[in-house]
Amino acid sequence: MGKRKKRQSTEINASSMADIAFLLLIFFLVTTTMDIDKGIISTLPPISDEPPDDTQANKRNVLNILVNKRDDLLVKGEPLQVTDLRELIKKHVNNNGRDPNFSDSPNDAIVSLKNDRGTTYDMYVQVLNEIRGGYNELRNEFANSNFGMDFQDLTKEQQKTVVKTYPLKLSEAEPEEFGGGES
Amino acid sequence: MSKFKKDGGKETPAISTASLPDIIFILLFFFMVATVMRETELMVQIAYPKATELQKLEKKSLVNYIYVGSPTTNHEQKYGSAPRIQLNDRIADKVEDIRDFILQERSKVDENLIGSLTTSLRVDKDVTMGIVSDIKQELRKVQALKINYSAVQKLD
Repeated sequence: MGKRKKRQSTEINASSMADIAFLLLIFFLVTTTMDIDKGIISTLPPISDEPPDDTQANKRNVLNILVNKRDDLLVKGEPLQVTDLRELIKKHVNNNGRDPNFSDSPNDAIVSLKNDRGTTYDMYVQVLNEIRGGYNELRNEFANSNFGMDFQDLTKEQQKTVVKTYPLKLSEAEPEEFGGGES
Repeated sequence: MSKFKKDGGKETPAISTASLPDIIFILLFFFMVATVMRETELMVQIAYPKATELQKLEKKSLVNYIYVGSPTTNHEQKYGSAPRIQLNDRIADKVEDIRDFILQERSKVDENLIGSLTTSLRVDKDVTMGIVSDIKQELRKVQALKINYSAVQKLD
């Protein structure tokens, strides 16, 4: 009997292990966050004193998008819904000289975006999203017809050729207060 | 006494809690892997805009965050309710502070990695573009040209 008792005492009591683990768990729950790190990645143009060189850009190649402070869109002088913007971008970029109102070639196409200081950030992101989305769809179509794969699955080199065919040329004018009525 | 049958045999064995630590450890590991350390306490309220064409930011250590939104209720008294810019753990007094902030963050990283530094704009969706444009101008002045407009995935 005495021998057996001795053997039992060597067992470590692990019931507090759960408490220790709980403490650690709670510590991590409090100090960490489920962070989102996704977004629309973009590159700003470098600052320069020279005025931008619009003169050589043919008027038909530029798709003018205006957003006023009531979040209304004006594309090529006509009001438009954000949901229709993507199709128009695709039509503009992929025109290849057919329609005289749209671009000569994807390489010449420029999207010009100008917003009011009162435009909400949400609207701005929506517009950027549609522009990006339009280009992504075009690139995807091109990738599928030329390489038989989605753009994402292409090699770096192939992606470069696709991007070269459909370069996203976004020109952002500095916002000014061009109004849009009372908000 | 015989009312309460205390004799053994029918006694149910206690539930073994030996596996409880393991379960908790699994939970712990899940949270350790799925979350990141909270670097700064948010002093502004941010509801991210929704978008579909999202890209992931790759190197977390090479990303600087600029938060813009209305101060939270705790900080409302001090900073008012108009949208403010938060850099690290303080609210910027003016937009020009961004330049110093970027230069300061730049000095912390290796020289040949400066080119891949990205600035993530975490802006509340109801903020107006005026303040965002000012930030973009400041970023251009310090040549911090790679930016990211933080957004969440839109579910159709």
